Order: sequence, then C-alpha cells, then structure tokens
Amino acid sequence: MSELTDDMKAKIREHFGHYPTKQAITLPALHMVQDAKRCVSNKAIEEIADMLELAPSQINDTLSFYGYFRTEDAPTGEKRVWICRSLPCMLRGGEELLAELCERWGIQPGQTTADGKVTLELAECLGACDGAPCMLLGDELSLRMTADSVEEHVKG
Amino acid sequence: MTNASFEPVLLARINKPDSASLASYKADGGYAGLRKALDMTQAQVIDLVKASGLRGRGGAGFPTGMKWSFLPQNITGPIYMCINGDESEPGTFNNRILIEEDPHQVLEGIVIGCYATRATTAYFYLRYEYGHCYRTLQKAVDEMYAAGLLGKNILGSNYSLDIHLHRGACAYICGEETGLIESLEGKRAWPRIKPPFPAVEGAFRRPTVVNNVETMACVTHIVNRGAEWFQSMGIAKDPNNPRDAGSYGPKLYCISGHVNKPGLVELPLGVTARELIDKHAGGVWKGRKAKAVVPGGISMGFMSEAELDTPLDFAGPGRVGCLGLGTAAVIVIDDHTSMVDVLYNACRFFAHESCGQCTPCREGTAWSTKILERIRSGNGKLSDIDLLLEISSSIGTIPGTTICGLADGAAWPIKTAIAKFRPELEEYIRSGRKSAAPQLVGAH
Repeated sequence: MSELTDDMKAKIREHFGHYPTKQAITLPALHMVQDAKRCVSNKAIEEIADMLELAPSQINDTLSFYGYFRTEDAPTGEKRVWICRSLPCMLRGGEELLAELCERWGIQPGQTTADGKVTLELAECLGACDGAPCMLLGDELSLRMTADSVEEHVKG
Repeated sequence: MTNASFEPVLLARINKPDSASLASYKADGGYAGLRKALDMTQAQVIDLVKASGLRGRGGAGFPTGMKWSFLPQNITGPIYMCINGDESEPGTFNNRILIEEDPHQVLEGIVIGCYATRATTAYFYLRYEYGHCYRTLQKAVDEMYAAGLLGKNILGSNYSLDIHLHRGACAYICGEETGLIESLEGKRAWPRIKPPFPAVEGAFRRPTVVNNVETMACVTHIVNRGAEWFQSMGIAKDPNNPRDAGSYGPKLYCISGHVNKPGLVELPLGVTARELIDKHAGGVWKGRKAKAVVPGGISMGFMSEAELDTPLDFAGPGRVGCLGLGTAAVIVIDDHTSMVDVLYNACRFFAHESCGQCTPCREGTAWSTKILERIRSGNGKLSDIDLLLEISSSIGTIPGTTICGLADGAAWPIKTAIAKFRPELEEYIRSGRKSAAPQLVGAH
C-alpha cells in the first residue's frame, strides 16, 4: 500500500513546473501528507524522497526543523488547536486561556485528548494581535477567544 | 501634511463590500498603475521608486529602489522575486489585513516590482498560519491569470510573469530573507552567510529580490501618484547626516496589548506612540497608565512611559535606545504588569524561535530564558541582571557573533528592560516573589 494517494502524487507533480528544483516541493508535499494523515510516516517520507529524487534523510532533515509536522509516533487528534502565548496575547490572557483549556481537557500543551478529538498546541505570535488572545484551528485564525468560545469552535 | 488631514491610502478599500475581488479593485481604478509602469522602461520604474524614498516595511528599512538596482546588469537566465509574507514578529498583523482585505493592491505592486527587476517568476512565501490569506491570494492570482494580468504577454506588453504561492510551516526565522530562501528551496530555514547577498545569488543560486508585502502595496501607489506625493508625507532626511535616508510615505501601525481599541492604523511615518495610543487606540485600558511600549515588534526592545513622545519613524526609536522602527507594531504594557513576566515572555519567544545554527544565539537565548525562569520562581540573584546584560551584549550581528539578526532582536528587550526598569527587576529579585502567571508544562 502506498502512503501517498494517486491524487497526492498528481498534486506533487503539478508543482514540478513551478520550481527549478524538485527539492523545493518538500514543504508542499509534507503539508499534503500532514493535512491528510495528521502525521508524516516514515514510509511517506521515503515516497516523497523518491518522487523528489532526494534521500529520505533530506526530507526528514527539513521535516524535523519545522514545528508544524508530526512524525508517525505522535499524530495529532482530529482537530488541532493552537493558542498564542506571545506578548500581545499574554498581556490579554493568552496564558490563562491555555491553562484553563489544559484543565478542562485534562492534557498538557502538545498532547491530544484521550478520545483523540483535539490536540492542544502552544503557538508563538499568530499575527492576530488585534484580537488577542487568538487561536488557530486548522489553518483558520479566530480572534478574542475565551475557553468557552474555543470549545464552541472545536465542536462546530 | 498633518496627521489630522491624512486620508488612508493603503487601507482606503478596507471594509468595502467585496474588497478582495478583481472586479471591485478595477472599479476603484485598480491596475492603472501597472498599465502605466508597463509603458515605462524598467530603469524608469526603478528611478521612480528610488526618488520616492520608499524604504522596506518588513523591519530593516532598506531603500527599496536601491535594493532593486543591486541586481547584476546584462545577466542571462532567470531572476526571482520572493515576497516575504512570513509575518511573525510578535505584535505584527498589518500584512495579514492587507492580504485578506485588498490582495490586488499588493499583487499589482508585485507585478510592477517584478517588471522593474526583470523577474519572470515570483514566489509569494506565506506563513502557514494565514490560511484565510492563502485562499484569498490564490483566488486573486487565479483572477489575474484569467484577466491577462499574469502569465504570458501581460496586457500586451511582451512581459511575462508567473506568481506561485508557497506556504511556510510555523518558523519565525523564515522571515529572515535568506532563511526564507532556504525554506523555499525545501531545506531547514538556516540563514545564509552574506555576502553573497540575494541580489547576486539568492533563490536557486540565481539573482533574487526579497520584498515585504506592505512595501509592494506602497509601490502600487507610488506609480499611480508619483514620487512627490510619497515624499509629501513623513519625516524628511536629516541634511546633516548623509547616512539618513528619511522616512517617507504612509505606514501601517499595528496597536496591541493594553489599549481599549487594538487594531491597525495608517498614518504618515513619524506619529508618536502617545498619539497612537491616545487618539487612535482609545487610550490605555481600565483607566491605567502605560509602563512600557514596544515600538515595532518585540525585537526592538522597550520604550518607557517618558519616551512615548518619540516619533515612530525609521530613526526615532533608535534615539531612545531601541533597535529601530522594526515592523511598527506597537505593544502597550500597563503599569499593573510585571516587567519580569514581560521580559521572560520575550526571552522565551527567541529561545523557541532561534534556528540553532549559531552557538551564541542558540545558547544565549536558552540561558537568558533559564535565568528569567529562575527569577520568576523566586530564586533569582542580583548578579543575574549583569549576567543577562553580558549575554545580551555578546549575541547578534552587532557584536558580530551570529549570521543573522535574530539574536540582536533577542538582545534588545533585555538591554532596554535593564536600562529602563532595573530598579523594578532588582526589587523583584530582592523580594523573592514568584510570578503569578500560570505554570505551563512544555512551555518551550
């Protein structure tokens, strides 16, 4: 069984003409796999490397640098919530919001709820300081969050 | 021009219905600037941008026209443009709003900039967290291809350009221009040793220009309205200082933290922090006073309350010991907040975001965070303050110990907090107080 679906492979190939090197498609390919599988397995790394004519270690080198990607031993839950704790959010209750969510969900930052539904992450500045404290759910920002409104967003 | 009579330019179309669509942008006169630029020679466009005095809005304030003219002449093969949309400096959100609300204003400037620099491919590097921006931009780019504003032979000019969106993966260092290039190439975002500068050898070892999002929006208006219009705003260059390039044009100021109305304000460069807080952000919240203000993103350091009348132009914050204007992201800290907690937050941010390539930065940011943790746990020593000062004076490109400026950004909050709030830090250490902030496991 291939980890990369035919659709993913076709999408990776679509990128070939956009860059002078195949290595430049590393991040787009990793995003495709992470979004679909909630982690990037070792097998997926090998398959991406094969398509991009690289060694698997080169893909892993890049993957391990960025905070966004998860390896196969630590997939995210169905939803992934990032709470910002950089200065503008910290000044308006970002850390208290994070602590409240840890308490309610019985997990620490970086962990996933026991039912596998939600992963809670610490974020550095998400770029929505006009609505601090803010949250990233998937790749959508939400502003002026409370623990209740975070839970509503996660359910919705 | 006074600030009272100023009419927003970059934010003029924000909140209009359907402001992100090509149809509404064209109805407001959009892409007239591009048509005008395509009738000029490349050198004329560069000269116009040079004459305007436009300086990059991403943090360093380098003159944009000069940057473009550093590209080698008579070169064969591709030239690349990279747009830096990795906006990650704490407090900064101006590019997010520009892209979400008025992407064509930015894209028009990009096409003009690419034409001027003879770039035939532009990579728009966008931080992953800006998913809404990504979809808005992709839609706008698709509209442009369909309308003949991108692709082959743009508006019958014989000039061809492709724009590709490229998403990051949550790393602050990708905002450093050579870190961005490495990341675009599919590698870890380790900044490169310069020279060679990107203009000579950048993305894919080709001549490359890296420009900020707001900078490109300014280019659109400079071509439309002229260099004199741009120079009619802001703070003129100091005639006694040949190195001062002046601070011209409108600027987006992000206001966050302890104010009644956080948000984005457009004003001529050089407004004071006090005017921003009192007139444009509804004052400090809860009837309190400001204790400290960050003038341009956390890496610029802190201004004290007594320094709030400093003009926020490119030269102003430096006169009160800050690193510079940075991203013009103003973060207000009220007088009920502990500077120990604020400084800890800044140190932790840089420890988290240091790419780990240069030892002074990797170790210096980690150790300064550990020292602040010790102080916050009630176990600080008075000698910790001098130790922090020593670290902050040893890391960065200014002491010359690192490849990029991240560590300078880590040093300035420490230096300015100690220079301006030393008695408070000492009192905290003497009292053996513990921080009231929640203890977060996995806090790195």
